[in-house]
Amino acid sequence: MLRISADKLDALFGAVSAKQKLYIPADRADGEAAFTEYAPGMKLTSRLNTVRSAKDFFFPQTENLVEFKLEGKKIEINDIREECDDFVIFGVRACDARSFTILDKVYLSDPVDTFYKNRRDHGTVVTLACDRPAETCFCQTFGIDPTAPEGDCSVWRAEEYYYFKAITAKGQVFIDSAASLLEEGNAAELDSAVAKTKAVLEKLPLANVSTKNFGGDKLNEYFNSDKWGELSESCLGCGTCTFVCPTCQCYDIRDFDTGNGIKRYRCWDSCMYSDFTKMAHGNPRLTQLERFRQRFMHKLVYFPANNNGEFGCVGCGRCLSKCPISMNIVKVMKALEDK
Amino acid sequence: MQKAMIERAKQLLADGTVKRVIGWKRGEFAYDITPAVFETAEELDRDFVFDDFTAANVSKYLVKESRKEGRVLAFLKPCDTYSLNQLTKEHRVDRGNIYVIGVPGGPKLDIEKIKGKGITGILGVKNENYTLKIDTLYGEETMPFYEAVLDKCASCKSKKHVTYDELMGDDGDILESNRFDMVEKLENMTSQERYDFWRSELSKCIRCNACRNVCPACTCENCVFDNPKSGVSNKAAADSFEENMFHIIRAFHVAGRCTDCGECSRVCPQHIPLHLLNRKFIKDINALYGEYQAGADTESRAPLNNYTADDCEASIVHERGVE
Repeated sequence: MLRISADKLDALFGAVSAKQKLYIPADRADGEAAFTEYAPGMKLTSRLNTVRSAKDFFFPQTENLVEFKLEGKKIEINDIREECDDFVIFGVRACDARSFTILDKVYLSDPVDTFYKNRRDHGTVVTLACDRPAETCFCQTFGIDPTAPEGDCSVWRAEEYYYFKAITAKGQVFIDSAASLLEEGNAAELDSAVAKTKAVLEKLPLANVSTKNFGGDKLNEYFNSDKWGELSESCLGCGTCTFVCPTCQCYDIRDFDTGNGIKRYRCWDSCMYSDFTKMAHGNPRLTQLERFRQRFMHKLVYFPANNNGEFGCVGCGRCLSKCPISMNIVKVMKALEDK
Repeated sequence: MQKAMIERAKQLLADGTVKRVIGWKRGEFAYDITPAVFETAEELDRDFVFDDFTAANVSKYLVKESRKEGRVLAFLKPCDTYSLNQLTKEHRVDRGNIYVIGVPGGPKLDIEKIKGKGITGILGVKNENYTLKIDTLYGEETMPFYEAVLDKCASCKSKKHVTYDELMGDDGDILESNRFDMVEKLENMTSQERYDFWRSELSKCIRCNACRNVCPACTCENCVFDNPKSGVSNKAAADSFEENMFHIIRAFHVAGRCTDCGECSRVCPQHIPLHLLNRKFIKDINALYGEYQAGADTESRAPLNNYTADDCEASIVHERGVE
């Protein structure tokens, strides 16, 4: 298996970034990690994950869609999309890698979202297997193996080496771009490192969270559950859970009056917000109970109903860490199951 | 203390003094506490928790809870009582429908500070003589208690309960705190340094509105930023300065009403020190209009809502802005 010693990782990043833009999860001044464009000297974070997920690369928080220019009675319509260059995201965890599969189901199914597709086509996802999962991790609940992440190329760390395996043609291009730095090595120590991680995975406090009681056929049972009132009672109605979530995919489209024309943009929306899916007749979800219910029903029931049983959650644990009132999908699942 | 609180809550429920109890509910881990309403003795016994992680200020929930039928029991820490007083002053709560039991304050712990030390896989956190023993998936870790204290508790302004119907534990005093130290540090920067500091902090904003929604001073029924008719509602930033403006405007809006409870910074998923904006206003109000603590009482007129002949002249703003 191809590998590189950990002290040469800088050189690898240098070689890759000389050919295309490279983003790695690096430490911020406040100690959290964020995907950051690589610059010489930048170090890979030791944090398990970033605050914002890797979905930002394909589904940015805001983007301009089209521009209208008005001159008298004439309207000029301009396509102002930004074609993107090839880029590499290094260090994506298995949870975030699976989130792309989920976003693809939404944005690449007919009609294809060409803005999203453009970025997917140009992006190479290099994943990094987890070796120190946190207590908030529950990706296994959704059939994800954090020791065997998906993506274009997978990377494992074992002792003082990083091991590489290409999965797609794009992943092979990535490996080729640093071929001179990689060496063939014995993967035995990798196997023992993976076995060690697997032993930890079994002991995770959320290892027993299961989707067996959820899915597309549970609509009436859970929609009408009397648990939603209690669960949503202290929800602040902020958008933290939706904005740090790698699979939340809802957006709003609005027009911005520039003074001499209109810029139509889209931006992330949150079902937690009072104007979410507001229509001419008003808002279909009048209180926080209905908005809160929407988020979890979408992930646990509606999404699998429309996507062959696939759930809209990857168990990354970001909402568990970041919700200001510590309400989250695990607590919701356990409460709904507890009849 | 937790056990005594549960017993007292059960008594007050049983004798009909209150119908509901607002407090904190235990979670999956040692630290993920959720504010919750309890209606029965069984719920209290099962889920009620009061420990080093019950930092959430439940005062704001009383806007809604106090308008429901029947009295609600609220356990409030000293800093939370300032928020309730301010809400009472602004006629946002029905104080008569709330039974307040003052409970001791922090210092409370910040799980992010523990995780910031590289400690992960956290299964349990115990405070043994102000050393934290942290049980993790990767073995036991220790760290000094005071290194894991929430920022808002590290610069605690008061251990005194400014409103209560009953106290559990002793009442404390208003403290000499170091809460303006960082504000002074910012004031002593050059304007460019200060600008750079705030740009780097505020540009992390993801506009989740957690700071606004948790803030006991932000109780508008419909915030201008959510109201399409206001002309300023916007879910996306038109330019790279807009998030910065949002926070500056919000700080202006709560100026003179902010009790410095610190919830905004506690809940920010991006660790933006938002409380420093509020503290700058508090410090300025103290300097320009005389010492004032929002929420200390329910009757006095706030400096910015009042006129006195001694008020500082408008030109002071211009003069102070000159370097």
